[in-house]
Amino acid sequence: MDLEVIFYILVMAVVTYIIRVLPLTIFRKEIKNPFIRSFLFYVPFVTLSVMIFPAVLDATASVWSALAGFVTAILLAYAGGSLVTVSMTACLAVFIVEMFL
Amino acid sequence: MKDWKQGMKDGLPIMSGYFAVSFTFGIFAKQWGFNPFEAVFMSGTNLTSAGQFAGVTLIAASAAVIELIIAQIVINSRYLLMSFALSQRIDPDTPMLHRLLMAYGVTDEIFGAAVLQKRLTPAYIYGLMTVAVPGWVFGTLLGIVSGNILPDRAVSALSIALYAMLTAVIIPPAKGNSVLMPVIIISMFTSFMISHFFTFVTPGIKIILLSLVISALAAYFFPVKEGEAEQGGS
Repeated sequence: MDLEVIFYILVMAVVTYIIRVLPLTIFRKEIKNPFIRSFLFYVPFVTLSVMIFPAVLDATASVWSALAGFVTAILLAYAGGSLVTVSMTACLAVFIVEMFL
Repeated sequence: MKDWKQGMKDGLPIMSGYFAVSFTFGIFAKQWGFNPFEAVFMSGTNLTSAGQFAGVTLIAASAAVIELIIAQIVINSRYLLMSFALSQRIDPDTPMLHRLLMAYGVTDEIFGAAVLQKRLTPAYIYGLMTVAVPGWVFGTLLGIVSGNILPDRAVSALSIALYAMLTAVIIPPAKGNSVLMPVIIISMFTSFMISHFFTFVTPGIKIILLSLVISALAAYFFPVKEGEAEQGGS
């Protein structure tokens, strides 16, 4: 066990907890500003998009299998598949492509 | 007591969803060199998907502490809105201890279930947490352990799972939305350009910068309607 990693994880936990606890304890007045509310709405979409691409291409043993899995995930998610369906099918796509590589 | 039981009942679908996502998170953490204790410890103390996803990447890249802190603030800032909304719905006389405990459980899914309550009590949120938190923690454990046992071929296939899940989180709300879809595409495109042409930019700085700039531009030009803002992504 690496103590530095544990320290980093604790820092993350404390920061995240402070964000969650402040509006329930000290600052209870709701944010009305439409810009800030909209900004907070968009952030998770941008963050997740940035973290997904292009990192997803390095996730598996080959760029091509990763691309196949990612495209499968996008199409199925768009078609309304559940989280588990999308995820398992993407894994299957990677597995199948890697059989031919 | 009644609220607590109702919370556990309503929390069951959240538990199974969490189990699936955290299983893939466990595999992901394993790929980045985390051991089972570290991964489970992170899930138990953080209870957040996007934040942990970024955390693993940043820790593996030996990011500076300040980079990690700012990234977590930006990524998890949406919890502010959720906690504000929950704060309005509970009894104003709710004791401080309950407020401190409830705060730990503020996630997108628990918030989603809690706001549907006409009369929200801390007990109901504890009920949701009682089932959802173990789902998140045990899923992580099982994910990272199976990542160690399964053959390389299977692990390679499973390594796409977390990315696929998160794709399935952001795509459905963006479907037919003339702002969100372009926001997602622009985010992915600029992320790709930076990784490709500005290799000196660390993953943390990239996440922080793009999240701030793109979200601010989107918020300025396309403000979200009242009441829509709490329904976040992951």
